[in-house]
Amino acid sequence: MSPRHSAFLWLAQRVSALVLAFCVLVHLITMIIVVQGGLTAAEILARTQGSIPWLLFYSLFVIAVAIHAPIGLRHIAREHLKLGSGVEVIVSLFGLLLLILGSRAIWGVFS
Amino acid sequence: MTNGSYALKARSHPSYVAFILHRVSGLLLAAFLPLHFLALSQALHGEAALDSFLSWADNPMVKIAEVGLVLMLALHLGCGLRVMALEALGWTSWQKSMVAIAFGGSLVAGTFFLLRVF
Amino acid sequence: MSKLKVSVWRSAGSGAQEYFDVPRKENQTILDVVTYIQRNLDPTLSYRYACRVGMCGSCAMSVNGKARWTCRTHVDKVCDSDALDLRPLENFPVVKDLVCDMQTFFDKQKKAGGAFLGAHTREDSVALIKPDSSGRMAVDEAIECIGCGVCYASCDVVKWKPDYLGPAALNRTWTLVKDERDTRRLDRLRAVSGDAGCHSCHSQMSCTQRCPKLLSPTHSISGLKREVSRAALKGEL
Repeated sequence: MSPRHSAFLWLAQRVSALVLAFCVLVHLITMIIVVQGGLTAAEILARTQGSIPWLLFYSLFVIAVAIHAPIGLRHIAREHLKLGSGVEVIVSLFGLLLLILGSRAIWGVFS
Repeated sequence: MTNGSYALKARSHPSYVAFILHRVSGLLLAAFLPLHFLALSQALHGEAALDSFLSWADNPMVKIAEVGLVLMLALHLGCGLRVMALEALGWTSWQKSMVAIAFGGSLVAGTFFLLRVF
Repeated sequence: MSKLKVSVWRSAGSGAQEYFDVPRKENQTILDVVTYIQRNLDPTLSYRYACRVGMCGSCAMSVNGKARWTCRTHVDKVCDSDALDLRPLENFPVVKDLVCDMQTFFDKQKKAGGAFLGAHTREDSVALIKPDSSGRMAVDEAIECIGCGVCYASCDVVKWKPDYLGPAALNRTWTLVKDERDTRRLDRLRAVSGDAGCHSCHSQMSCTQRCPKLLSPTHSISGLKREVSRAALKGEL
């Protein structure tokens, strides 16, 4: 991996981490509030359906995590599984998977 | 003492423990996320489908697992902030306080969730 | 006088721990213990030291599982009981007994861009660096490294990724990156950016925990991460 590539990968993980720090805080607080008295689909959907702010928030959340998680998994794969060159492909596919499943989930609760 | 217990003792300092928790929580969250997204996608099949999933998620075992996940999320956040404070601001002398804040904060979040989910 | 039960790594054959009884004394250092064994119990024991006063960085070994400089480590400080476990430094190949091969360790300092290159010739006057300039202040601790290898032996990233340059080499490069006389800043930043370089450090901080000179390689590596990022964003890398 070139020095440039490596530097940008590191930066991408830190910038996505900052975004996630904000998103996770909002997510934790939201969960603690909504979980009281049990979760129902109606309750979740009432909050999210047709709500542009929640759509934007969850989109940002999913994009950030689809960048952040694969870079972290790349370190784990290289350090503990001793994977070499194939690891980029595997973790990129995982990022893509998160992006697709995440988008489906957002669309599910928005539409 | 055996070699293994020496190795463990050599790593029993706050920053190393924070690293382990950061890594394990990150791995668990990465494994959980696809399932989380799949569950929410049930809403695509209508409210009833999502509700049938949520009623399954109502059993105590799942709830305990959920509390664990909230704890992992808060821990990963706390440990991540430790790393970034260290890298961006060079807060080496703050290390122990940062680790304590990360652990304390995630325990508070986990407890809150625990109290409200049951 | 009580006795210490000292277990020492012997590399003969496939290697094993060998036990020695050593009389315990006041103000005894680990190096005193090893020297006692070599002079009185088994002259074939190999270990390494030179200055005995914490300057040369040659006597480091693993003491009860932790890498330490042995000349300035008192037995009282590391022994809860009368058991002492001595092994060669981890993450280094062993030459014999407690002597390890430092070749890779120093090669990595070269690889990380650890050799200074200034613009002055011998005809020029000595460069004056203000003690309170920001570059000099940033490396005030880091330049005190004695190259003992304790940080390298304590780092798990080195263990997991044998190519990783390690705390000492990256710390050395940090001192040159901040050196106003230096002429190879970007080459050095390129050398430390990548899977073998600063981006592999996860701030486990065992290096900082163990450094006998109380330096913080973690701090130096964080500085490199910031400098590399700045250079990458400016398109200089």
